[in-house]
Amino acid sequence: MIDFPGLLSLIIWLPVIAAILLFIFPIKDQNIRLIVLAVTVIDALLALMIFVVFDRQAPFGSFQWTDKLMWIDTSLLQSQYYVGIDGLSAPMVLLTSILGVCAVIASWNIKTRVREYFIWLLILQTAILGVFTSLDLLLFFVFWELELIPMFMLISGWGSGRKDYSSMKFLIFTILGGAFILVGILMTFFTADPHTLDITLLLSNAGGNLIQLGFYGASFVYLCFFLGFAIKLPVWPLHTWLPDAHTDAPTAASIILAGVMLKMGGYGLIRINVSLFPLQTVAYSYAIVLLGVISVLYGAIMTLKQTDLKRLIAYSSVSHMGLVLIGIGSFSSSGLTGASMQLFTHGTITGLLFLCVGIIYDKSHTRSIPELGGLFVKMPLVAVAFTIGGLASLGLPALSGFVAEILVFSGAFINFPVMTVLSVLGIILAAGYILWMIERILFGSIKPAVQYVSDASILEAIPIAILLVLIVGLGIYPSLLIDVLDQAILPIITNFGGN
Amino acid sequence: MGGLNIWGIFLAPLLSFFIIALVIRPFAKPYQWISPYILISALGVSFILSVKLLADTVLGDGGNYISTYTWLVINESAVIDIGAFIDPLSSITLVVVVLVSLLVQIYSIGYMHGDKSYSRYFSFMALFTASMIGLVLSSNIVQLYAFWELVGLSSYLLIGFWNERPAAAAAAKKAFIITRIGDVGFLIAILLLVKFSFNSSPNINVFHIPDICTIGTPGVIISGTLMTLITLGIVSGAMGKSAQFPFHTWLPDAMEGPTPVSALVHSATMVAAGVFLLGRLYPFISNSQTTMLVIAAVGAFTAVFAATMGLVVNDIKRVLAYSSISQLGYMVAAIGLGGFAPAIFHLITHAFFKALLFLGSGSVNHATGTFDMRQMGGLRKVMPWTYTLMGIGCISLIGLPPLSGFWSKDEIILTAWEKMLHGSSFYLMILIALGAGIILTAFYTWRMFNMTFLGDNRAAFEDKNNDGHDTSQIHESPAVMVAPMVVLAIPAIFIGFFVNPMIDVIIPAHWLNEFLMSSVLFHGSGHHALEFNIFVAIGSTCLGISGIVIGIMYSKKTKNVSVEPLEKMGPVYELLSNKYYLDTLYEDVIVKNLLQKRLVSITAIFDKYIVDGISGVVGFTVKNIGYVAGLAQNGNIQFYTFVITLGGVAGLIILLVYTPGLGG
Repeated sequence: MIDFPGLLSLIIWLPVIAAILLFIFPIKDQNIRLIVLAVTVIDALLALMIFVVFDRQAPFGSFQWTDKLMWIDTSLLQSQYYVGIDGLSAPMVLLTSILGVCAVIASWNIKTRVREYFIWLLILQTAILGVFTSLDLLLFFVFWELELIPMFMLISGWGSGRKDYSSMKFLIFTILGGAFILVGILMTFFTADPHTLDITLLLSNAGGNLIQLGFYGASFVYLCFFLGFAIKLPVWPLHTWLPDAHTDAPTAASIILAGVMLKMGGYGLIRINVSLFPLQTVAYSYAIVLLGVISVLYGAIMTLKQTDLKRLIAYSSVSHMGLVLIGIGSFSSSGLTGASMQLFTHGTITGLLFLCVGIIYDKSHTRSIPELGGLFVKMPLVAVAFTIGGLASLGLPALSGFVAEILVFSGAFINFPVMTVLSVLGIILAAGYILWMIERILFGSIKPAVQYVSDASILEAIPIAILLVLIVGLGIYPSLLIDVLDQAILPIITNFGGN
Repeated sequence: MGGLNIWGIFLAPLLSFFIIALVIRPFAKPYQWISPYILISALGVSFILSVKLLADTVLGDGGNYISTYTWLVINESAVIDIGAFIDPLSSITLVVVVLVSLLVQIYSIGYMHGDKSYSRYFSFMALFTASMIGLVLSSNIVQLYAFWELVGLSSYLLIGFWNERPAAAAAAKKAFIITRIGDVGFLIAILLLVKFSFNSSPNINVFHIPDICTIGTPGVIISGTLMTLITLGIVSGAMGKSAQFPFHTWLPDAMEGPTPVSALVHSATMVAAGVFLLGRLYPFISNSQTTMLVIAAVGAFTAVFAATMGLVVNDIKRVLAYSSISQLGYMVAAIGLGGFAPAIFHLITHAFFKALLFLGSGSVNHATGTFDMRQMGGLRKVMPWTYTLMGIGCISLIGLPPLSGFWSKDEIILTAWEKMLHGSSFYLMILIALGAGIILTAFYTWRMFNMTFLGDNRAAFEDKNNDGHDTSQIHESPAVMVAPMVVLAIPAIFIGFFVNPMIDVIIPAHWLNEFLMSSVLFHGSGHHALEFNIFVAIGSTCLGISGIVIGIMYSKKTKNVSVEPLEKMGPVYELLSNKYYLDTLYEDVIVKNLLQKRLVSITAIFDKYIVDGISGVVGFTVKNIGYVAGLAQNGNIQFYTFVITLGGVAGLIILLVYTPGLGG
């Protein structure tokens, strides 16, 4: 195994280092963009590198590219700065860094307070990368909460519409979730024997060996974590912050929000709830799958009536994240692999959709579906990309969304046939809202609002192309990702006798 | 035959898709005239390879399997391998698909001439042909499902090709969604196979088509219920794709696409994919008696039902669309009656004569600028080639001897006849339905032919007040359009007799039946062809002729053909011309009213009041914190720290209460 201490930490902290430099040195707006782009590209290349050399055969519980430092060492609490990746987090790191590049390019036309904007964006990047790589529960929590501030600032400072309401709603929901997570973390720490916050240690003793709580005590901790992550995912009925936040956020924030931030919820569920509390996951699987099915159908039905493009994609995210929950609740290897794959693919697909919507909004100054039409003629490139993204979102085979869907469905069907069939009906609704949207905004006659719009520039086309390659590539050859996921997922299942 | 030769059939059109879509369309717009030639040469390669493959299969041992790579592993008994399975069914279907596609592309050079999106058209056609070939080659059911959806996508793109027309955009969406409803059944069948994989013997792969065909044999035991459910799921997918009742409503609307598309996608190949799927899995499906009855009933009902709607439409392409639905009904019914080979035989002959008819209607449209038959008439004088060729297609469709349609349809009727002799009254009803379908087919075919080509041209009268559609301007289509039709007319006349003769001529009797049955999937257990029955043949011919006679009588009675003969039938006419009000039911009642109004408003109310109400505290806090934030300028961060501390304290309290050991 290739190892190079400090590299993962470099990936995590590079954006913040850049942010500090931007903060200190007065740099022209034009150069700021280029510097930030360069930083995120370097970050993405490094992330790609560790993804490529990631050891897919490594044993379970083993983390790669680890960095460890004692951080807080008091008699009451010991916490480490401990980061590392396994098969579950490696794809998420890659996704975050790629969407980071996309977000920067989507922010090219930001005109107000450019420096501040990019500083927040960079801090956000570090916070999310930190969440996906932390191997210490307290560190995890710090990153989890750190991500709030820049996102709040981005929505309230550079958003549109009811941005104050939306950003505050986002903040409060997430803080509420964070509080639950903190309770869960503290209870885990104090009841573990010996007291530890080290995720790797807890994992190696999962199944309740380390956490001396008994089934119902552990269930309480499970519920705390679940609530925290469920708000983030988001799970019905805790999803209402999401459409508001999405709609009013600037494009880049929407990309990060839907592309990676929701995935923190799914990641937390798999990393902590499923891995540390397998007994509870099995015991409450029925409720989890049920919530998932409701999210899928409810999200899809809500999506049907949306007339704001961003809101439409936001609700479709609720629906798609329901699939993650179904996969998790199925507690089967294909279900969990599907759920974690869905995290990645949905990130790329929604990232692409928001990128396209951002370009459309930039040029036509509207996101209202009734005011758009005939974009196939006016913006062929964006229209084609948007169509492919939409098709991936409705689960067309040969695109990546289908792979995750079929894995989740076949994982869940064994134990929950009726609920799975109900969620399969979601694919009809998905076809409905996606194709109806395409019909209204891309087809038909050219509406006045888009009379003078132009197609995406070369710069804007680059992230579109990258995401398209990911979507098509994983659809045709999913093993690229699944090999990595299996390193982390298969052992979770085999360790606890699932199928 | 090597793997590359087989995959070449698929890769050649795929490559041409990439060249046209990624090189010519974005970068070489002035050279877009070259697009069809790229596709046609690719299809030429595919055609040679597929003919060679057919020849090899004829001389070979009935099938082989070529694997490439593993796409996904669900479990050890449910592996999704990408591969090709070659047996008589796939090799002969390939030749038909590639040949019809090739001819349609040549025709398209003329038909699409001058369209501003010339290369987009051919890129979609290339994508479609590649996906269709992929579907036929698939060795794995999930792989087949993937291509199944991809042909659905190409169909969507091609129906919506002129998407600036709202009708085309709506029709495209409708086609995709309705077929997808059927596909949900298909997907559930796949999930049921996964379920089965957990208790099946580990040495089969439940996704591998040859393995599926062994399920239900003594070696691989399956419960009756599970088998019925799986097969019904597959049938549901086939019904969606092959536009069987109640999923048929998308196909007439799909006529909004360019006519060559209708010829290739919506009559000859893609819509026949449903029948192909049933044929592909026939050894498995035929294990379930219930499913077979369902298939027979659906097919026979659709055969009549669609034909009745074809009686009253005035759009020449829609007549053909209803005709396609009806003829697909015959094929589906044949499968349900145990007539696997007759179904495929009819699929092949139908592909040729229906493609010919559609191309003919396109030729008529090219000349007259309309699809409305009320504006036509008398075209035999100005379009002799199209007139003759469509005449051949019509006779083949009605099924008069000795044209191709007769032989294949006769085998289906014969299968139903034999079933009826040895079976229950259920099969008698099927037979009556199929027989009635022949009369109806003859009637609407005659009506279409009469309104289009016979009598006098009516466009002159209709347009007298406008500045006119001068009949003298109407002329025969160019050679590039007529030539492919001539080539299609040859199999439309001869293939029926020559591939499946009733007696040994040069080709052994019932060659096609025996060939199809020699597939490895049947393990030598396939039943043999039924002997030609002269009474059945005469009977079905008489039905066809009587349909024409009724048609002639009606058109004699009404001198002015533009007045609908059936209009006198009042409510029946209303019912038929409103397509049995099914579109109203689906679109207005179910989608608009139930889904978009009721269900959406319920969830919206729920979202607004209940869900936000649950988090009413939150809503309240949002307002007040916003206020506090305003007061304290940096209040956000303070609040944030406050909540975290609160959470922490709450956690500690819970902890102390909960764990006595810690509380001390």
